[in-house]
Amino acid sequence: MDATETYIAQSPDIAATTLGDDTIIMSTRDSMIFMLNSVGTVIWKAADGATPLSRIVHENVCEEFDIAEDRALTDAKEFVGQLAQHGILSVSTAPVSAKEAS
Amino acid sequence: MSLLEEMNQKATALGIPLSAHLDITWRCNERCVHCYLDHEGKGEMTTEEIKDVLRQLSECGTFFLNISGGEPLLRRDCFAILEYARALHLNVKLKTNAVMIGPSEAARIKQLGIEQVQISLYSHLPEVHDTITKLPGSWRRTIDAIGRLKANGVKTSITNVLMTHNSGQAKAVKRLAEELGVSFVIDPTITPKLNGDRSIMRLGISSQELEEVFHTEEFVGNVGEFCAPLSTVDEDVLEGYSCSAGHTLAYISPFAEVFPCVQFPMPCGSLRKQSFREIWWQSAALNELRSVHVRDLHTCSHCTHTAYCTRCPGLAYMEGDFRGPSSRDCEKSYARTGVPSAAMSRAGNPVPQHSSGLVQISGVQ
Repeated sequence: MDATETYIAQSPDIAATTLGDDTIIMSTRDSMIFMLNSVGTVIWKAADGATPLSRIVHENVCEEFDIAEDRALTDAKEFVGQLAQHGILSVSTAPVSAKEAS
Repeated sequence: MSLLEEMNQKATALGIPLSAHLDITWRCNERCVHCYLDHEGKGEMTTEEIKDVLRQLSECGTFFLNISGGEPLLRRDCFAILEYARALHLNVKLKTNAVMIGPSEAARIKQLGIEQVQISLYSHLPEVHDTITKLPGSWRRTIDAIGRLKANGVKTSITNVLMTHNSGQAKAVKRLAEELGVSFVIDPTITPKLNGDRSIMRLGISSQELEEVFHTEEFVGNVGEFCAPLSTVDEDVLEGYSCSAGHTLAYISPFAEVFPCVQFPMPCGSLRKQSFREIWWQSAALNELRSVHVRDLHTCSHCTHTAYCTRCPGLAYMEGDFRGPSSRDCEKSYARTGVPSAAMSRAGNPVPQHSSGLVQISGVQ
């Protein structure tokens, strides 16, 4: 396991739905609502706690949206950090199950 | 444009039922004098039927879910339903009289991540509230429950329905809400019973009181803005719709019937015969409703109030024609501006003499 790797998992403390290519997410912690665009939606859907963020970016973002890997990973980390601040995603350096994420 | 407006616009364009109102029972432990429901419990959906409805709503894209009644907590499976809805990641608001919310219920509501609990409180005076609910001790129990919800960090709001019984008490109720640390919504809406009985409408406040409410800063915010002079009607307004009912909002009764809104008793289908998706997309009633733009409203499209009127097509439907005016909203526009609506002028009755007091107002906090 790569010690610098990041694993992300969806929090159960949210409300969410899909609206076309976008995803609406509300944190039940602070009632903040976010609308994720198609790239954010791809990352959100892949946030299973077991897949490294770098792999999500490589397989789901770079290939699907034709974005350079370095740029995509930097943006993805910033995006993940913002959602984590509101309790929407949990971030870990080791794989977690959905249950542990809660 | 705010994010919520963007969401609604997108949902309208995609035909997604972004919001749903689900009454899980019409039974109630109170007997409020102005209630529009009967309290029949026979034929209610089972737990599994309700879970299936929730799953279907979630699959269709519903995000906002109001769970209400009747008194929803009268159902023993209420928390199982709430838990299931939250597991589907629905944003759940619970509408209740709160008299059954004890310490464990309040803690459970918090733990489930219920977005808000909306509670009807009719007066700051226990005897007035209890007279309206016809349940002795209900004011005390409701107030205690609000305290428990607050102690657990649950967002809570008080809705104060205005009627003859509690006339002139809204400011005191608002002060009580502030003391309790909860938000306050004023609602001058008394609607006919869903079975068509209009007798309860006599309980509504008078036109004069309505005008006073609309010109009171602590209820409406900026009075000048709220009661603004008429604005021009442009193409965007004429191309738009009266409200979200049937466009992004659905109401589901405890008996699995689908309607455009809780205030719009136009039958659209039964979930015991069809899936929600089929009803939502194929119901002739819903499709007819969706085909009506503001420009198609025979009276309201020519009215000077059109640009900001909160015309309720459900109330118009209950008056006989959902393309027609809702006289209650005409009264509301008149109370705000002093200018008669097109329907009032056409009827040769520009000033309501004896208001039935039924108007619809939302978002006034």
